[in-house]
Amino acid sequence: MSKDMSYAGVMSRRPEIMKKAAGLDFSEFESGSIAFDYERMMREAGFTIEEIQKIQSEHGVGNTPIIELRNLTALARKLAPAGKGARIFIKDEASNASGSFKARRASTAVYQAWKLGYKGVVTATSGNYGAAVASQAAMYGLKCIVVQECYDSNGVGQPEIIEKARKCEALGAEVVQLSVGPELFYSFLTILEETGYFNASLYTPFAIAGVETLGYEIAMQFREKYGKDPDVVMCTNAGGGNLTGTARGLRKAGAESKVVAVSVDLSGLHMASDNQFNKKSFTTGHTGFGMPFTTWPDRSDVPRSAARPMRYMDKYVTVHEGEVFYMTEVLACLEGLEKGPAGNTALTAAFAMAQELDQDQMIVVQETEYTGAGKHVQPQLSFARKNGIEIIFGDPKDEVPGKNIILPSHPSMIKVNEADLNHMRKSLIKNALTNYNVTPNEADIAFLAEETNTDAEFVKGVIASL
Amino acid sequence: MIKKGEWVLIHRNVLEPSQRAPQVPEDTKNVPLEMWLKGYLQEDANIGDEVTVLTRTKRIEKGTLLEVNPYYKHDFGTFVPELLQISDQVKEILFGGADNE
Repeated sequence: MSKDMSYAGVMSRRPEIMKKAAGLDFSEFESGSIAFDYERMMREAGFTIEEIQKIQSEHGVGNTPIIELRNLTALARKLAPAGKGARIFIKDEASNASGSFKARRASTAVYQAWKLGYKGVVTATSGNYGAAVASQAAMYGLKCIVVQECYDSNGVGQPEIIEKARKCEALGAEVVQLSVGPELFYSFLTILEETGYFNASLYTPFAIAGVETLGYEIAMQFREKYGKDPDVVMCTNAGGGNLTGTARGLRKAGAESKVVAVSVDLSGLHMASDNQFNKKSFTTGHTGFGMPFTTWPDRSDVPRSAARPMRYMDKYVTVHEGEVFYMTEVLACLEGLEKGPAGNTALTAAFAMAQELDQDQMIVVQETEYTGAGKHVQPQLSFARKNGIEIIFGDPKDEVPGKNIILPSHPSMIKVNEADLNHMRKSLIKNALTNYNVTPNEADIAFLAEETNTDAEFVKGVIASL
Repeated sequence: MIKKGEWVLIHRNVLEPSQRAPQVPEDTKNVPLEMWLKGYLQEDANIGDEVTVLTRTKRIEKGTLLEVNPYYKHDFGTFVPELLQISDQVKEILFGGADNE
């Protein structure tokens, strides 16, 4: 009998398809309730820092330079109160093999696929991760399929995603492009089922362990060059893997730097809406991913996500689209570094936050990404204008995502908005209770305290208030 | 006529509007989930024909033939004068404009 290929039919086979494609039995780490053994999963299924360094150094990944942004720091000091204006640095992750930090994540995922004897890898992503998996797969001689959400129902493609498709194809991958909708996951499952390839998910312990070297390198490079750890590490946040891996790496190096999550504010836009798809000028690093994944990490494509950012963030701030585009231009004209806009989300927040820190403090932006046709401030702004988005100079706080992009009239107008972390912690606890539909036991409460970086008392208080 | 073995782009509806996932917003539910894919054409055909292709990973896929030798058309967009203004502004603040010339 032929298989049921309807949406419901394929989704009902999800657990078996995913298990076969993951090379990992997540049930080993389950408690049967809300709690699971996250640290044991990372220990047993991940890799040690030494193993990852070896895998990455043999495949064009890691040891990226840290660049001090002296002119940007000087500009921040012009705008800051006397004595304020921390030194701003950037880790040039664009110099990884595939042009972004995602090469770290792909290096361990593809290595795992190769080690387990899979013939190919499949990944569902419209982002830099596709090129990263394609690049690593090329090095290991594995086949690669990248499934992208790319076009709206008029067949109009987001220029940045089209560029990423081009890069994947240039690196030898097959690219399956889809119109808008979460059923991308349906297509992804049918391809996994058909090919028997490895699911190079962004969220497995392998992938997240691959990012730990980023945080570890930051600590080591700063100690060697400046004699101390950076005070603040700024991470652009979407699915949470960048922040989780970096923070875990910093901890493994014994660094106590504050870790700040940054997303572009796209509030009001629905991520699964066909009409709104080409109204957003950022395809990642935005609140449309950042907020839901932070408050419920297990919405990813694996049963238990290894990216659990709320455990590690000291602060979560948002910036506006216009501010990030402004800062992308500033990075090019003041620092001579032309980079992709989405990767400059954390840079924008760093510029604002540096003005609140003392001059002897150091703030590091932990990524850059490659740039090119489509994936650049100019095509993104001209595409937005073509789609009826108003682009004006003004006060960025008046920006309405999907309606306008407000470039700051003056750099002093670039500010961060701090998200209410306690509110987000409550959401995570509520989501856990709703999804598992159990009365939490003592182990669950201890787990939720770790998940929210709080204590049992906080968790019990939230549960009582629900 | 496009010859068998040529590199082509095909299109197919993966899910019709009635088959879409329940959680999808209304505007998305009104349209099909569409797919675009490239591969080697498996039989001589004309644009608009239903065809079979062999993809780069040697999968067989079916769809409507859209283009032969498809190429990327994305670019750096049209001129955005605001970017010059930003550049001039920050240089003026930092280096002091006319005094620096």
